[in-house]
Amino acid sequence: MTRKQRRGVLIGVGVAVLTVAAGLVLFALRDSIVFFHTPSDLAEKPIAVGQRFRLGGLVAAGSVKRGGGTKIDFVVTDTLKTVPVVYEGVLPDLFKEGQGVVAEGKLSPEGTFVADSVLAKHDENYMPPEVAKALEAKGVKLGKGASHPEGATP
Amino acid sequence: MIVEIGHFALVLALLVAIFQMVVPAYGAQVRDARLMAVADPAALCQFGLLGVSFLALMHAYVTSDFSVANVASNSHSTKPLLYRISGVWGNHEGSMVLWVLILALFGAAVAAFGRNLPPTLKANVLSVQASIAVAFTLFILFTSNPFLRINPPPADGNGLNPVLQDPALAFHPPFLYTGYVGFSIAYSFAMAALIEGRIDAAWARWVRPWTLAAWMCLTLGVAMGSWWAYYELGWGGWWFWDPVENASFMPWLAGTALLHSALVMEKRDALKVWTVLLAILTFSLSLMGTFLVRSGVLTSVHAFAVDPKRGVFILAIMTLFTGGGLALFALRARDLRQGGIFAPISREGSLVLNNILLTTACATVLVGTLYPLLLESLTGDKISVGPPYFDWTFGPLMVPLLLALPFGPFLAWKRGDLLGAGQRLMFAAMLAVVVVALAAAAFHRGPWLAPFGLALGVFVMAGAVSELAWRIRLGSVPLAEAGRRFANLPRSAIGTALAHFGVGMLVVGVVATSAYREERILIMKPGEQVALAGYDLTFKGVAPGTGPNYREEVAVFDVARGAAAVTRLEPSRRIYDMPPEPTTEAGIHAAWRGDLYVVLGDKQTAGGYAVRIYFNPLVRFIWLGAVAMFLAGAVSLSDRRLRVGAPGRSRRVAAAPAE
Repeated sequence: MTRKQRRGVLIGVGVAVLTVAAGLVLFALRDSIVFFHTPSDLAEKPIAVGQRFRLGGLVAAGSVKRGGGTKIDFVVTDTLKTVPVVYEGVLPDLFKEGQGVVAEGKLSPEGTFVADSVLAKHDENYMPPEVAKALEAKGVKLGKGASHPEGATP
Repeated sequence: MIVEIGHFALVLALLVAIFQMVVPAYGAQVRDARLMAVADPAALCQFGLLGVSFLALMHAYVTSDFSVANVASNSHSTKPLLYRISGVWGNHEGSMVLWVLILALFGAAVAAFGRNLPPTLKANVLSVQASIAVAFTLFILFTSNPFLRINPPPADGNGLNPVLQDPALAFHPPFLYTGYVGFSIAYSFAMAALIEGRIDAAWARWVRPWTLAAWMCLTLGVAMGSWWAYYELGWGGWWFWDPVENASFMPWLAGTALLHSALVMEKRDALKVWTVLLAILTFSLSLMGTFLVRSGVLTSVHAFAVDPKRGVFILAIMTLFTGGGLALFALRARDLRQGGIFAPISREGSLVLNNILLTTACATVLVGTLYPLLLESLTGDKISVGPPYFDWTFGPLMVPLLLALPFGPFLAWKRGDLLGAGQRLMFAAMLAVVVVALAAAAFHRGPWLAPFGLALGVFVMAGAVSELAWRIRLGSVPLAEAGRRFANLPRSAIGTALAHFGVGMLVVGVVATSAYREERILIMKPGEQVALAGYDLTFKGVAPGTGPNYREEVAVFDVARGAAAVTRLEPSRRIYDMPPEPTTEAGIHAAWRGDLYVVLGDKQTAGGYAVRIYFNPLVRFIWLGAVAMFLAGAVSLSDRRLRVGAPGRSRRVAAAPAE
């Protein structure tokens, strides 16, 4: 094999791997990305039942019903609209009423958001940036330090 | 006073770094030995000053000096000593000081052990290294100064986030940073080579131990982070494809590729241009990781204060070093002459395949991590790219990599014998087939691909063992002779086999846990029993308890297998005094066949508690695999041929007849 042919083999393998990878990336990006919406977004543009998405906002004060079985009910609000959420499992440690939350799951036919994962902010002042931005875009005034996360290590 | 000394030392370190950046580089240009020689003492001095600065900050933490703003907002007087110390790097400002300290440590190590380096190369390396230090010290002084005082000082601090008060996390950042920052040495060497316009096998011999040291620390750092997330966050998972996890995983992938391509360059003088590019890219990915974590663009446990100044500053640093590196590469790369040629089926060929697959996999992770940020800035749509994306892109790329991995070490340099390698791997392949059959018979659930995944892991493990057995001719010579041969094997060969064995363990652990995990969520009242994965758990009840800086509710579960008692698990829910935040402590029974993992949930109004129980089969293999890779790195580093600072001597040693 000449030097040129050898180089050809290498380049061929490289191009083949890259093509496969690019195909996989495009396929996966079409099928497995998850959009983020606030309750107001849902009111404006309804989302099909069974479509996965992330719901973000604040946990409405007084809405959390724990202790009635393994399912936990709460309401996510962006102070303009609300969406009821049901989650089965153990909530993250820092899940609290009045604090930011991002839940991932699907809408049920009754309009309840069935979450299979819940991400809560990780400390006192932390607000997930997408929640903070979405709320600000809706003209919601955030409390003291709400968009000012502090602490935590890499 | 001590705090001011620390602050002053940091400023002095900046000045020394500027001096070290300018003078030796100029000396290398004009070939002035005296100017080049100042790099060594400057690097040592810079390290010493940063050490003083770091210790001063640590002193403020240990003595709980709340007149320092950084201490007041991140520490508390009741915190145990270990966490007062680890609290130094448990926040943005302090961790940046640790970052530059490690950067200076690597520079000082080159100065101290680099006596055999060509003087111009060494001067340029230390100069580039100092330029990174200048950028980051400026960043600390202008945007994240940990030495600022507040007046009046508060009576007590705000405390450290309780989920971070954990031994694994105390050591996770130092290892991670040693990895991240260690790649700066590879970058500095690459830049120095480009500045000089020449590069040879000795260059690779120099770069490899540094890269190896950085890589092994990064491996352990990433593994510790994953282990911490597993037992502390109480979700039972060990990897979430969170952007911040990806931020540390991408340099690891690129660094792994670099380690292998530097090997080709050292042994065969080939792949020079590629290796230099990879060195630049690996460190650029480390910088990008720092940017992603520090700029606040991400939602994660790592998100620090969103101070736009900081984000912009780090983005500028990243652009400067990545852009500068790539620009210099574009200008100079053609001057680096091509080296030895090789057939596609050869050791070099297999290492090239390794590089193609690893860098492509790294690129898919990069796309998955940056795509949401890009889309949001372009269209305003907020999306998240979750595990399914990575399962579809990263997973398929790993399959050919793992299939090919055991073949590599059996192939000769220049031209390899694939058939011969295949024959030597017969035993490993047969073992893999047996595993497929056993796993398919044992588990009637889980995805149909899982047995093949397990077999792939076993194939890699068995392949690593076969390679060592073949090298010492186990079976064809008497056992004592084989033992003698084993003792004479170069340490780096043992390291290679051990690292590959670790990769196999990791794969087995990942596949088994992902495919065969069992999970139950239920309400339990005291005295009730539940069976999972062969264990019987009896809930005995919940009792209050107190720790040094928290109160807790502790649940007691007696675990038995059949009639025999196994252990007592005590998952708890803690409320820390300061900051008053709750954490969930999982109760974990770790065993070889898997971990039983119990999390205590909410108290029920109708009596009893919500309880979440997992069984994670073979999950321990994930971290043992990472530990094996770390140890493999240490074994290889102890090889005389690789020992830092001894390339000249080691060449003679290697030339001495070993067989």
